[in-house]
Amino acid sequence: MVTGLEVRGASVHYGGTVAVDRVSLTVAPGEMVALLGASGSGKSSLLRAVAGLEPLASGTIAWEADDLAGVPVHRRGFGMMFQDGQLFPHLNVAGNVGYGLFDWDKAERAARVAELLDIVGLSGLGPRQVTELSGGQAQRVALARSLAPKPRMLLLDEPLSALDRGLRERLVVMLGRYSAEPTPRRAT
Amino acid sequence: MAAVIPIAFLGVFFAWPVITLIGRGFVDENGFTLAGFAEAFGAARTLRIIGQTLALAVTGTLASVALGVPGAYVLYRCRFPGRTWLRALVSVPFVLPTVVVGVAFKTLFNGPLAFLGIGESFGAIVLALVFFNYSVIVRTVGTMWARLDPRVVEAARALGATPARALWTVTLPALAPAIASGAALVFLFCASAFGIVMIMGGVTWGTLETEIYYQTAQLLNLPVAAALSIVQLAVVSGSLALANATRSRQERALRLRTDGLAAPVLRWSDWPAVVPTLAVVVGVIGLPLAALVTRSLATPEGWGLHNYQLLGTVGSAGVSVWAAAATSLATATQAALLAVTLGLMVSFVLSRRPRTALGQSAQQVLDSLFMLPLGVSAVTVGFGFLVTLNRPPLDLRSSTILIPVAQAVVALPLVVRTLLPVLRALDPRQMEAAATLGAGPWRVAATIEGPYALRGLGLALGFAFATSLGEFGATSFLARPDTPTLPVLIFHLIGRPGADNQGMALAACVMLALVTGTVMAAAEALGHGEARGW
Repeated sequence: MVTGLEVRGASVHYGGTVAVDRVSLTVAPGEMVALLGASGSGKSSLLRAVAGLEPLASGTIAWEADDLAGVPVHRRGFGMMFQDGQLFPHLNVAGNVGYGLFDWDKAERAARVAELLDIVGLSGLGPRQVTELSGGQAQRVALARSLAPKPRMLLLDEPLSALDRGLRERLVVMLGRYSAEPTPRRAT
Repeated sequence: MAAVIPIAFLGVFFAWPVITLIGRGFVDENGFTLAGFAEAFGAARTLRIIGQTLALAVTGTLASVALGVPGAYVLYRCRFPGRTWLRALVSVPFVLPTVVVGVAFKTLFNGPLAFLGIGESFGAIVLALVFFNYSVIVRTVGTMWARLDPRVVEAARALGATPARALWTVTLPALAPAIASGAALVFLFCASAFGIVMIMGGVTWGTLETEIYYQTAQLLNLPVAAALSIVQLAVVSGSLALANATRSRQERALRLRTDGLAAPVLRWSDWPAVVPTLAVVVGVIGLPLAALVTRSLATPEGWGLHNYQLLGTVGSAGVSVWAAAATSLATATQAALLAVTLGLMVSFVLSRRPRTALGQSAQQVLDSLFMLPLGVSAVTVGFGFLVTLNRPPLDLRSSTILIPVAQAVVALPLVVRTLLPVLRALDPRQMEAAATLGAGPWRVAATIEGPYALRGLGLALGFAFATSLGEFGATSFLARPDTPTLPVLIFHLIGRPGADNQGMALAACVMLALVTGTVMAAAEALGHGEARGW
């Protein structure tokens, strides 16, 4: 019995072009896997397929041996961090971090948001507009947002490529620290 | 689901009346007949009308484009004191009721400029069409121009191109989709102009739209009217298809926007663009409005507010202008709320990005379907209501709901065109990010797309309200004599003899223009205010 994620023979097609061609891999709980490849080689497409944002042309994706084919994105419980953050501009920092906690009790949600802002080193910035953040701060908010609902797995789609080197290294350390939690992550 | 309600609405209140009315043209005592077509196309008058419609539409479009492109440069690409104010002034005519525009031009050419002798001429109507449609070109081309990366032109200049050559070889090709899509829209508005031609055309100049009115309302000759409606539909579908084709190219091209680059200050060397812009602002937009206002203040005893005092009296129509204004405001409010509610639903559906080819073509069909009311003669809609909705299963003849419904049908395409670009500009990954955080489709619509759509909502509401307030074609059929709307009453008064009737009509026009202009200015300010914080 396989635990964690199992991708078997997965293909993603865009019209006539084949973005992902029969990829198989497994990720065990707690394991961190990096996908390497030239730009345009299908890393993002594979991540999007795992998240449920792209349909599979063939193959299967399973979690704890359950096929995820019929499970929509919002029920998969996988967090995803986008390349450019994709913070919601109409919500402030706390609104963004707490977005995935809509069914939580109000007080618990506030506590969880504060906890995560603490973790990413942005304590007290909750009321700040996200448009006023620097690039590095915005990515840290995005990280906090994707971790807040305690995802079963975190998918990172080049989350650091837009940042300068110093920031990138600090965030790598930050990511490494939380891989100690029992949550598998995959990054490209 | 969100598509079902608007489709049902358009089905009952647009397709059914229009198809029924057109269908009547093909049936006589002996069954199916093409007698209407034979009669229509056998008459020299019909061919003359079709020729006049096309000539007016083509000339009006060419003039609007020729004047509008320099205007787009000055008002959107350059910076100068008073630019916001001038942009607002230029955008007012588009929402002015056609009846007001017609009366304003008629006043100008029969009054201060009577010596030109062009009162009921082709040229005067074309000028009125330019007045009305100038802002369409300025807005569509200008917003695109403002986003063009200036470095491309700088690169061309560095390679030795003169400013004129850079404009011709780099800038205009980049703007071509915007110009084409604006022109197609203007052609559509010109080809279906009704109020302007009714008031300014006299007996000499008619278009398909006025002829349909004449054949249905005056001669009760439904077969010929039906044949003309089909010709009109063909003209309109053609220009809509063209507009659609160019718009999809434009939405792709918009990706080359540059953010945070301030527009350069207007310079003396920009005179080739400034001169035509000033000429339009002063001559085509300013003069008629000034003539309208001064004339409304002129009384037999000199200047005064006599005409405005008359607004409370019942003239030859038996209804005071204030009473008609109250009717208009109530009707337009209902129509605007209806149009915006339906428009929101339609825009949500049309802003989806279907993955399958089938879904994409279904969406395109839907897209064109909701644009159709722009092109089908409002007169056909109004008359269609009369012949279909006055008996079971739907007897609404005595109900006051018919007018707002008809106005909502006419306003719906504008609402969709205002909301849709806003929703389409939303990065789809915003919705994806929300979904990966556990939000289902309804929650995504409510928490991500909803707040985003608010940005366009003020403007959409303003457009819907202004259009409904000035709607004349359909309303002229449906308004009952004892409760006319303001445009209907103005049209009645302007056609009656007597200084008091004329004076009342002018004063009423000024009132209507003021209300419409204020609503639009407020809507625009609201839109910008909301957009600023984002």
